Amino acid sequence: MTAQRVALALIGALLVLFLALPIVSLFASASATDVASGLRHPLVWPALRLSLTTTLITLAIVVTLGTPLSWTLSRRQGRFWQALESAIQLPVVIPPAVAGVALLLAFGRRGLFGAVLGGAGWSVTFTTTAVVMAEVFVSAPFFVQAATSAFRRIDPQLVLVSRTFGASPLRVFFRVAVPLAAPGLGAAAAMAWARALGEFGATLMFAGNLPGTTQTLPLAIYTALEADLRAAQAISMALVVVAFSLLWFVRVTLKSSLEVS
Amino acid sequence: MSACCRLWALVALLIAVGCSRDKADGRLVIFAASSLREAFTALGTDFERTHPGVRLVFNFAGTGELHTQLTHGATADVFASADQRHMDELVRAGRVGEPVVFARNEPVLVVSQDAAGTIRGLTDLPRASRIVVGAPEVPIGRYTLQILDRAASHHGGDFRARVEAKIVSRELNVRQVLTKVRLGEAQAGVVYRSDTLGASDLRVLEIPAAINVVAEYPLATVTGTPHPGLAHDWTLLVLSEAGQRGLARAGFSAVQR
Repeated sequence: MTAQRVALALIGALLVLFLALPIVSLFASASATDVASGLRHPLVWPALRLSLTTTLITLAIVVTLGTPLSWTLSRRQGRFWQALESAIQLPVVIPPAVAGVALLLAFGRRGLFGAVLGGAGWSVTFTTTAVVMAEVFVSAPFFVQAATSAFRRIDPQLVLVSRTFGASPLRVFFRVAVPLAAPGLGAAAAMAWARALGEFGATLMFAGNLPGTTQTLPLAIYTALEADLRAAQAISMALVVVAFSLLWFVRVTLKSSLEVS
Repeated sequence: MSACCRLWALVALLIAVGCSRDKADGRLVIFAASSLREAFTALGTDFERTHPGVRLVFNFAGTGELHTQLTHGATADVFASADQRHMDELVRAGRVGEPVVFARNEPVLVVSQDAAGTIRGLTDLPRASRIVVGAPEVPIGRYTLQILDRAASHHGGDFRARVEAKIVSRELNVRQVLTKVRLGEAQAGVVYRSDTLGASDLRVLEIPAAINVVAEYPLATVTGTPHPGLAHDWTLLVLSEAGQRGLARAGFSAVQR
């Protein structure tokens, strides 16, 4: 028995090693002075601020619109709803640069919907709004997928009982479904947030690359990489630290909220 | 259980295939700047015809990326760079031998169709409402800034500032600049002449020679290549009349020697 358990652990350790090695190398190959000078690089702070604000706005949009959608998806069956659920997953599969082109073709100046906006003398390309749109496009599917399965794990009896006691559908959603699925929804939000933070291809294509306006951390890393590997490495470390702290924070809070309930 | 074993065997096989051995027999690996794709691919066909049994492997990417790959020990025989600075750094690091300039590429102004009426030359550039240029970290962006500085002496001291006020994005490669102008997202941008070949949906405007900064493309043999002879032959082909004609067809200008 123990031998089997050790064997399983060893196989798991292989993957951990493979995943950890590049991240560890990122930190190990830089000296403290490298990091200090890298973090003083003029690209770093505006990019960090922009990344944090845009991803938080993205998260708010994704959670507000995605939670009701996921609830609906989890309650429906049949071909149409299955097709819809698959369609919502598409942005996960298509390469981000293609997503960027698609956004341009939809909301760009000559795009399907862009012409409508253009008529009002308004264009979204090259603005911070475009950054948020790109992030919502690539991160929302992650949230919807995880949130839908969180809602599916709710005992249908509980929903049925609250309905028979006369709770309205909205009341069931807010007072029964969301609280019961809260840990799963939290994990879904964390995953979507992480994807938004790492967004690169669609942003570059759709929003462009201008420090302070559209240059998020991943774009700053790529820009720095062209001139100075050390600076790119330092910004990458900043991104890893920020992402790890937030994901870890979410995990710890979820765990304690599970223990409370 | 046996299905699991078969899966492991498959994984092992994939790893064995993936980690290609440095056998490199009759294989010449050329790292070249993306802008050289068409010209080098065409020349490659000639090279393989005159060198039976030799297979060319191209790795086309941004010069900065290739520089990073070479610094970290990527296996290559020849490096063709779109910019002198990256080449000089590799020479200093001992990664490549003595470089030779084999082509020049002129920056040109590209203007979207709907702005072609207002912007008829470099002088009109501040009248554009949205300009896209390369980031100062990439070669085309650096040349663009130098051009704007030089233009200041002709068109007034604040010329660069007036243009920079209209810049909406500093792209990471020249193709991104081109795409944004072709789609009409930006009204004007600066790209290499070689990028504009076949792009009919935009107007190409010359930058006056007195102001323009011409990009020089150097080529060098990677230190310790197992094929110094083949690498030399490739250099000779690129510098030959046929090679220079091929480069000219792709929008490059000849090297005077």
